Amino acid sequence: MAQTAKDHMGRPIVVVTGIGIVTSLGEGKEDNWRNLISGASGVRKITRFPTDELRTKIAGIIDWQGEGQYCAPVHSLTLARKSAAEAIAQSAIGARGSFPGPLFVAVSPAETNWDQRMEIYNSAAPANCSGYDRLVKNVAAGDFALYYSLFQFGSIAEHLAEQFGTRGQPISLTTACASGATSVQLGVEAIRRGDADTALCVGTDGEICEEMVVRFNLLSALSTHNEDPQGASKPFSRARDGFVMAEGSATLVLESYDAAKARGAKILGVVRGTGERADTFHRTRSKPDGSAIIDTIKRSLADAGMPPEEIDYINAHGTSTPENDKMEYLALSEALGSHLDSTPISSNKSMIGHTLSAAGTIEAAISLLTLHAGVIPPTINCHEQDPNILMDVVPNVKREQAVNTVMSNSFGFGGQNVCLIFSGEPG
Amino acid sequence: MNTNKSEVWVTGIGLVSSLGEGLETHWAQLTSGKIPVPSVDTEDQAPYLVHPIVDFDITAQIPKRSDQRQMGAWQHLGAYAAGLALDDAGIAHNADLLAATNLIVAAGGGERDLEADEAIIELLGKSDNPGAQLNASLMTELRPTLFLAQLSNLMAGNISIVHGVTDSSRTFMGEEMAGVSAIETAVAQIQHGQGEIFLVGGAYIAERADMTMLMEFGHTLWQGDYGPVWSRADGNGGMIMGSAGAFLVLESREHAQARGARPYARINKIVSDRCNRQAGAARKVADGLLERVADQIPKGPLAVLSGCSGVQPQLSEEHDFLSDLSDRGFSPAIRGVTTIMGNTLEAQFPVNVVLASLAISKGAFFDPFDNSGVEQEYSGNPARVLISSWGHWRGEGLALIDTPDVPLRGEN
Repeated sequence: MAQTAKDHMGRPIVVVTGIGIVTSLGEGKEDNWRNLISGASGVRKITRFPTDELRTKIAGIIDWQGEGQYCAPVHSLTLARKSAAEAIAQSAIGARGSFPGPLFVAVSPAETNWDQRMEIYNSAAPANCSGYDRLVKNVAAGDFALYYSLFQFGSIAEHLAEQFGTRGQPISLTTACASGATSVQLGVEAIRRGDADTALCVGTDGEICEEMVVRFNLLSALSTHNEDPQGASKPFSRARDGFVMAEGSATLVLESYDAAKARGAKILGVVRGTGERADTFHRTRSKPDGSAIIDTIKRSLADAGMPPEEIDYINAHGTSTPENDKMEYLALSEALGSHLDSTPISSNKSMIGHTLSAAGTIEAAISLLTLHAGVIPPTINCHEQDPNILMDVVPNVKREQAVNTVMSNSFGFGGQNVCLIFSGEPG
Repeated sequence: MNTNKSEVWVTGIGLVSSLGEGLETHWAQLTSGKIPVPSVDTEDQAPYLVHPIVDFDITAQIPKRSDQRQMGAWQHLGAYAAGLALDDAGIAHNADLLAATNLIVAAGGGERDLEADEAIIELLGKSDNPGAQLNASLMTELRPTLFLAQLSNLMAGNISIVHGVTDSSRTFMGEEMAGVSAIETAVAQIQHGQGEIFLVGGAYIAERADMTMLMEFGHTLWQGDYGPVWSRADGNGGMIMGSAGAFLVLESREHAQARGARPYARINKIVSDRCNRQAGAARKVADGLLERVADQIPKGPLAVLSGCSGVQPQLSEEHDFLSDLSDRGFSPAIRGVTTIMGNTLEAQFPVNVVLASLAISKGAFFDPFDNSGVEQEYSGNPARVLISSWGHWRGEGLALIDTPDVPLRGEN
């Protein structure tokens, strides 16, 4: 039997050989990294649609692509195509249009939007007919084949599978704001099972529209600091008042260590462990004792086979909501104990905003970039840290520090909690 | 790594559909000796037909009113069917076991507030400033809880909250193929020791104008009178949508035996793939999938459940694929499940796994669902059932459910 690299539980070691990223800070790893370490913000006033009457008028929206009429799944797909192409090119795996493994895509559960709804409604005016009767009648009489191919919940993954030639049935998934991390988990699990040598893990979310802003506003989840867009996302600060919605995509090419070595691929990092634990407390809030999040973090450490002391840096979920940041601190202090006192933690969302379905993948990608650079991106807008959150949040300015192991947290509505741990290449 | 693959057993089932609630109700209607009579609603989504969900007592599985209020009809159905499956597996309220139970839900989205949508449409039509009007209307018309009732992963979230299932929790999307991938993934995880016990399934509510609109984008809904799926081959064919919630408890053989649980059936294999649906492409994919399953199937009579959507040309391609099983020495007895229950979308494949498991545990197969001549009688005990599941838009799946070598549920 050939020599194979196994982890502490006898499973194939999973490595990362390609990274792609698009956010409100720019397109590609280089632009994003430069802006992240300089403490730039991608949050701006929303111009995609009128914001009259909305409580929140800002977002980390990606509007520099100038694609004409906005259509949510097209935008999400465009972002995903960019990040996937960048990651596959870096990995240099497979052949053009032929990726030799499965596809896992974290996507927003997007519905037809008001633009489409009114377009359909106004496409004809059948007699004595209004509301959904008219919508359905107009759809039946018109040509909406394009929408048929865009508004299925499997649409984005299908179009990606077609373009990149991934293997098998692609999986579209959602675990709310943990979705991106779940896509990485699924890829890791497939490789550990030996079902695949490589997997394409994508998170994408380009779905900011009027209704999404209103929905989150009605849950009082969003920052309303409209006058200072770049200062609105302020995780861990005393003045934090909600998250800032954002758009983006990231892709990781995962491979077994053996497969990567066999083809001479450059290894960008190792996925050491993943952890998960569903919460039962509430649809939008964690158990007050943080037990589900604590368990998630502990399970990721156990899966990685490492003590808390090996964690050099934490890429926080850090949404900037009063509730999340408090609970994340509570859970980390319980799960990591006194090691948390000496462990820097920062929130990419302070600069990018919260990319929702894509956030877990984007932050996994940035965690890997952090390993390489030996530079920790800051938590910006932290001018007065919450006195009840006693962590080293790398306020406002990047820090030069060698990082060998990163923990990345993702928590979502519906009690979804996922934690990922990455290290540099094994020696 | 565990290289000896664990057997995967079906040890709990929850099923509610247009035919009724529970396995015995379905069994009685589908083995009466006559062609079963589907429940068809001609008015709710007229001119389209739907197979409507039966009434069920939400309180029996979702006792708290505060929980009930946080969900719409779709989440009610899913959380209800999930609870039935946990009850049936004998693990409901077993906190330790539920904390080690993994969850994979095949989900679409929850109900929009159609009255709010219609009110907003009216206002936008009259407004000089539709942009501002839309925002103002959304702020006043949308209810905060409705967002959570619509969120796809909140079916799983509610199952965790109501029933206490708290190991991993994943929600797969993608219409029919979400159901295939959900069970396929759970089976792979159990086989490789990435979990011992899973709750897997999905639900779909067909009585929804927003979904009627979405499904009709491709002119893919059946516009004529009711007819069996195999009779809709003319022109574009078409789907009749149906409501159902179907959940299964899947377990490794070792885990089930350790707690004394008996199986309905064993999941031998699930395979799936995709293509761009150019003419003949889906058939080619299905032939490839069959290659990966066929060596597990002895020649002779073969019980087959099909989730055929009714959309052409896939209807004809799948029909030919299944008929041509005879070229390989099988004598297929095909049952078009969509004929009697409609296309239940994300729930469709879980429904078929439920029905296959039921047939195996009962030691008999279903009567033909129509008299089209496509569906042949099957007599005797089906040791295995082949399931064919193609998406109405994309994706092809194939599964083989068979008999473990232990006493089954209901056997002495």
